Amino acid sequence: MEILAILLICAGLFFYLTGTIGLLRLPDFYARMHATGKSDTLGTLLSLIGLAMYTGLSLTSIKILFIAIFVFLTSPTATHAILRAAFDSKVPPWTKDGKPLREGKGKGI
Amino acid sequence: MVFLTTFLILFGFWIFLSGHFDLFHLFLGVFSCALVSRISGNLFFSQGRVKQAHFLQGIRFFRYLPWLLYQIVLANLHMALLVLHPKMMEKIDPHIVRFRTRLKSDLPLTTFANSITLTPGTITLLIHEGYFYVHAIDQKVADDLLTGEMEQRVAQIYQEE
Repeated sequence: MEILAILLICAGLFFYLTGTIGLLRLPDFYARMHATGKSDTLGTLLSLIGLAMYTGLSLTSIKILFIAIFVFLTSPTATHAILRAAFDSKVPPWTKDGKPLREGKGKGI
Repeated sequence: MVFLTTFLILFGFWIFLSGHFDLFHLFLGVFSCALVSRISGNLFFSQGRVKQAHFLQGIRFFRYLPWLLYQIVLANLHMALLVLHPKMMEKIDPHIVRFRTRLKSDLPLTTFANSITLTPGTITLLIHEGYFYVHAIDQKVADDLLTGEMEQRVAQIYQEE
């Protein structure tokens, strides 16, 4: 049980690490939000579940799981709000071909 | 009525989380729960009352969660690979993709937008007049989104056609 918890926490830390490396390496504001806003969600989820396992089944672990659920709900909303704010104040997105907008033509849409 | 329901749910949650039953902590709980219910009670039950359809939606939503989690793990690994790749600047291709959605009401749109943002590599920028504007880190994640599978599953939760 403890080994599993340690593995989960390490996996969570790995995703935190990639998020930070992404923050440093990616070219512009929008792309950086991809790294920080999202790797953190999975990182937080994994490390919190690891912690909940480490404490065993108790009121504390149930509270930890609630924190995980709330992070899961609020984190994408916050990421969206920050990015939307940048979009509204006309921060130009970094692109390779200079044309940021592409039309999506999918099968189901 | 809406105020009272919200208050009771919040206060039940407060007692569950705090575990203190002395007068001071209970008073703090009553005060903050009443304040929150007063301010945001109408957000919680915007249609006024709870219908049976909501329970079915809830059940279908929990059936959607495992698939979403699987997608999140897959996309996170893709993102980690991209970020750690030595030739990252050649592999990424950030752009904004625009596509039409067939979802109409608020709750399905919110669920879909949050699911897009949760899966790494794509963030919902804007929903405007039936169009989604999504920022994608490369063409692969945009193509994954454009298969429409996620939208199909969200539409199925809320029985939207």
